Amino acid sequence: MATRERGAGPGGISPPGDAAATPGQAGDAGAEGTEGAASAGSSLRLIARTFAENRAAVAGLVLIAAITLFCFVGPLLYPTNQVTVQLGIAKLPPSARYPLGTDPSGYNVLGRLMLGGQSSLELGFAVSIATTVLGTLYGALAGLAGGVVDAVMMRVIDTFLAVPALVLLLILVNIFTPNLWVIILLLTFLSWLAIARLVRGEVLTLRTREFVQAARMMGAGRRRIVLRHLVPNAIGVIVVNATFTVADAILTLSALSFLGLGLPPPQADWGGMLSNGLNYLFDGYWWMVYPPAIILIITVVAFNLIGDAIRDSLDVRLQRP
Amino acid sequence: MTAYLVRRIGQSVAVVIGVMILTFVLIHMEPGSAARATLGTHATASRIAIFNSTYGLNEPLDRQFVTYLDQVVHGNLGTSYALQQPVSSLIAQRLPRDFLLLGLSTVLALLIALPLGIYQAVRRNGIGDYVYTGIAFTLYSMPDFFFAILLIAVFSVQLQILPPEAPQATTVAGMLADPRALVLPVVTLALISVASYSRYMRSSAIDTLAQDYIRVTRAKGLPERLVLSRHVLRNSLLPVVTLVGLSFPTIVAGAVIAEAVFNYPGMGLLFYQAATSHDFPVLLGSTLVVGVATVIGSLAADLVYAVLDPRVRYGHA
Repeated sequence: MATRERGAGPGGISPPGDAAATPGQAGDAGAEGTEGAASAGSSLRLIARTFAENRAAVAGLVLIAAITLFCFVGPLLYPTNQVTVQLGIAKLPPSARYPLGTDPSGYNVLGRLMLGGQSSLELGFAVSIATTVLGTLYGALAGLAGGVVDAVMMRVIDTFLAVPALVLLLILVNIFTPNLWVIILLLTFLSWLAIARLVRGEVLTLRTREFVQAARMMGAGRRRIVLRHLVPNAIGVIVVNATFTVADAILTLSALSFLGLGLPPPQADWGGMLSNGLNYLFDGYWWMVYPPAIILIITVVAFNLIGDAIRDSLDVRLQRP
Repeated sequence: MTAYLVRRIGQSVAVVIGVMILTFVLIHMEPGSAARATLGTHATASRIAIFNSTYGLNEPLDRQFVTYLDQVVHGNLGTSYALQQPVSSLIAQRLPRDFLLLGLSTVLALLIALPLGIYQAVRRNGIGDYVYTGIAFTLYSMPDFFFAILLIAVFSVQLQILPPEAPQATTVAGMLADPRALVLPVVTLALISVASYSRYMRSSAIDTLAQDYIRVTRAKGLPERLVLSRHVLRNSLLPVVTLVGLSFPTIVAGAVIAEAVFNYPGMGLLFYQAATSHDFPVLLGSTLVVGVATVIGSLAADLVYAVLDPRVRYGHA
């Protein structure tokens, strides 16, 4: 994942030591935000309410809905040839027939934006969902187990974090021939670390709370405690991270495409279109560069706005009185 | 503190060994690839067999790993298949250049981000805050390579005031002798980091500004400039310090892209070339170096924490 580093808020980042011994965890934004919320329902309602009041976040949501429609419904209304290369109509400037021109293979750029968006969005959502499930369960189990098991599980995470994700990806894509599913798996394999650590931190603070102890006293098993009590209470941090993961996955795929290790043609993604287009930027073929760049940046900004808004809504300290 | 330090160093050693196992297993997942990448596609089976036995690639993986560990402990990182040079000297050549690139860009990023974050916190929800937040979001959401190439398009192609390629001198002194060529790579990496650093600084400073002790300093008549520089800045630094410590691998990853765009002869470029040519010793050596640096970075962040915040006392838990 993660071409960049991100935590759950100013207090949300913790140094990679033992959370119990380090101070970063103490003021964890998510832990304070869900204070007193005993079920996922009330915490989600709080998120929904603050979210609706945040105009930037609503704008982000509307943008993502519009872009998703554009990519998945667009091709039904505006079918284009995105499979066979047609050099006879390559590199044409925008016109009535080709609103955003054509690329060096003769593909209609507007149609290709839709197709590329499908891969970019599918990848982003798939990685985000897989990452969230894997990271949440891992983090919850580590936090709940404690002791040696926790220490070993955390060192595994530290190990992965000590190698830059892009570096691991470079090794991995040279081993596995990239296609969309392989890249989804690889990005998931690399992006579950942050959420696992955040959830573990949450669990460490939550598990000492009375309602968890009460549940345990009433004979609830470990699985029930994780799924019914711990995960729902950490839902805020989890949702924020899931949103950011979509954005990061789309960006990472574009970086891979730039290094020549992205999706093979005739498949497309926005990052791949952008990096191919950049080869022609200095020859004046702007329509191969700016359309994919703009739609990619808008999408990533939209996801980041949403994540940021949810994070603010969880952080009671930032809320207006 | 000592007990804490000992335990943290023990953890760090475990992580470094983990990094070695991880990369070792990963790169050996495709047997024979190194021979084919180095000798070319037309290499005969017997030449491949000779290559594999020369470099011990036909041994069981655990034996190879033990041999490698033994080498590393004796300060030998192996020899590059493709370049036929010792990995340690390849890294020794390039590491100072990366210190230059990452050091300059991190310092520049902090010089911009810290005042900017405080300014945004003080003028929270003002026009300036919104404008800078918008810029930060856009920068943050832009693919690194696109940003770098846009800078080249503007400053090298349109305005023709800065060269598009990083200095190619072999020494750090030589690179510093050509400062104009350093501007674009450094600025690219710095601005990308500014986006996240200033964001953290802003939220952290908002928290600090609401504290009682800030009210006290104002009540006793301290000029606002001193309130901000002496109290708000220092107390808001903590999360940013952690972020800088933790984001080391992220900066390195950003550097892979920046080095590829600007042809900056650093570790990132070395690594990228090694990954595409299956040059195992170089891959192992450079991930090891980055892993060690990362572990030291997070350890340093923890220690700086204690210096910046006297309330932090390690070792109780």
